[in-house]
Amino acid sequence: MILVVAEQREGRLNRATWEAIAAAQALSAEGVPVQVVVLGGTVATTAQEIAAAGVGDVIAVEHVSLATYTPDAFTTAMRQVVDKIAPTFVLLPHTYQTRDFAPMLAARMRKSLVTDVTGINGNGAAATFIRPMFQGKLAAEVRPQGEPPFLVSVQIGAYRADAVRKGNAAAVTSMSVVIDASAIRQQPDAPFQEARQAVDLSQADRIVSVGRGIKSQDNIAIAKNLATAMGAEIAASRPICDNGWLPMERQIGSSGQTVAPKLYVALGISGAIQHLVGMKGSRTIVAINKDADAPIFEVADYGIVGDLFEVVPAIVNELEKG
Amino acid sequence: MKIAVCIKQVPTREWQPRLNDDKTWIREQDVSYEMNEPDAYALEEALRLREKHGGEVVVCSAGPARVQQVIREALARGADRALHVDDNALGSADAFVTAAALAAAMGDERFDLVLTGLQSDDQGHAQMGVILAEQLGVPHSTIIMEIQVVDAAIRVKRELEGGWFQWIAMPLPALLTIQSGINQLRYATLKGIMAAKKKEIRKIPLPGSLQPAQQIVALSMPTRSKQTQMIAGSPAEAARELVRRLREEARVL
Repeated sequence: MILVVAEQREGRLNRATWEAIAAAQALSAEGVPVQVVVLGGTVATTAQEIAAAGVGDVIAVEHVSLATYTPDAFTTAMRQVVDKIAPTFVLLPHTYQTRDFAPMLAARMRKSLVTDVTGINGNGAAATFIRPMFQGKLAAEVRPQGEPPFLVSVQIGAYRADAVRKGNAAAVTSMSVVIDASAIRQQPDAPFQEARQAVDLSQADRIVSVGRGIKSQDNIAIAKNLATAMGAEIAASRPICDNGWLPMERQIGSSGQTVAPKLYVALGISGAIQHLVGMKGSRTIVAINKDADAPIFEVADYGIVGDLFEVVPAIVNELEKG
Repeated sequence: MKIAVCIKQVPTREWQPRLNDDKTWIREQDVSYEMNEPDAYALEEALRLREKHGGEVVVCSAGPARVQQVIREALARGADRALHVDDNALGSADAFVTAAALAAAMGDERFDLVLTGLQSDDQGHAQMGVILAEQLGVPHSTIIMEIQVVDAAIRVKRELEGGWFQWIAMPLPALLTIQSGINQLRYATLKGIMAAKKKEIRKIPLPGSLQPAQQIVALSMPTRSKQTQMIAGSPAEAARELVRRLREEARVL
């Protein structure tokens, strides 16, 4: 049995959950069921949303101490869930929240945790997992050690949410957990956004992203025109944000956000690995760059070698024709 | 305030990977090393906290003899002394083994605060700090962008995804993993480098019987996953063809 840990905040399901479910289906040998657990204060809506997709039984874990995420409460709850279900694998999306509590859960249970997984070889308890090492310069095939359950976190964008095999609506069962509120050591305030216009780029369908090739802050407007014409969010590689040409929360890459939109248009981005790890899971990638040898073309579906200052206005023009 | 900073030595960003003969690890003799970048920010944050609140900063590192390079560098930037869990097997150790090695070395010191980078630029598990917190029995928070000390407790600003942040209060002792960019790094002065030579580096043997949590079966160069369709022509022609394909082939517009 494979247990997937869904992630939700205030009733909104993180779509990386579907990617983890897709990975679970890839890992699942014939007839091995997948179950999904969702934790929170009230999770009925999210649990029903997952159950409706018919990917496997859904376990709803509701507790007042889970209403606001803390690593202490989530680890305490997840330990009880894993002990009760006794799965072979526990799959989680490799989000910041997973990074915050999954190693604690693994350490407390003395179980193996393989993080940031991009591929799975084989299925069942003998499976091995592919994950990047050395900032993506190398791919490692790793085997969890010790006894199951093995914990595995799945890189955002490595599996496709739309590849999930769906079936007839599944059942939701609730499971109660015991959490001593006084044992929770972290006291979180409500999340806030630093900038008012900040967006969660991981939820965007289309992204237009700019790199050093844009040359100056004034030229950002050229990229914004394209984003508007495509109905896309604007984003950037690290150097653009370091220069303050776009706000930090629009940075894509290992130190910024990881995204997997339907369409990712890279303008003047050379494609350093720190950037690629943040966007290579995009379904369709367009690269426009002067340098035909730029590494961005290695991950692009469509490439134009040319001057973005000429090509981009031409694309906007074409889109406006309708 | 007694602060520990856990630092890892990793290959430089410019390093071009080469594999050992059985392709389970890198050819270490080819590698030049540097301080893991997020750990450098953790060190800087520790030095700033000491400047504000007093106390000492102790560098902790688990690795072969070669890691003395980054320990000396941390001492030159201003750390007071160091603990070095010294063993050749630690060069390729996973997060569980590294955390257990550090926990054994740090247990008796009773640090008020332990800082480390959010992940390493080599194996990149993003696990070691959190596991270490659990083994030391202290609360933790990850991907931290600001630290405020209030009496015997801290308030920290945790980075969430998508431009969101959150303030979290917790008691000391505690462990935090630090995000790159939390501060501006300082570099070692000549005076600092000279002073570092006299600072204590206590060597600690690796505790026996640490079981790895994962095994590297094979390392390889990542495979190129896509066949790029290059679109030629004048800007107007290329634009027209690209838009057509995005609409009709890829169906993303």
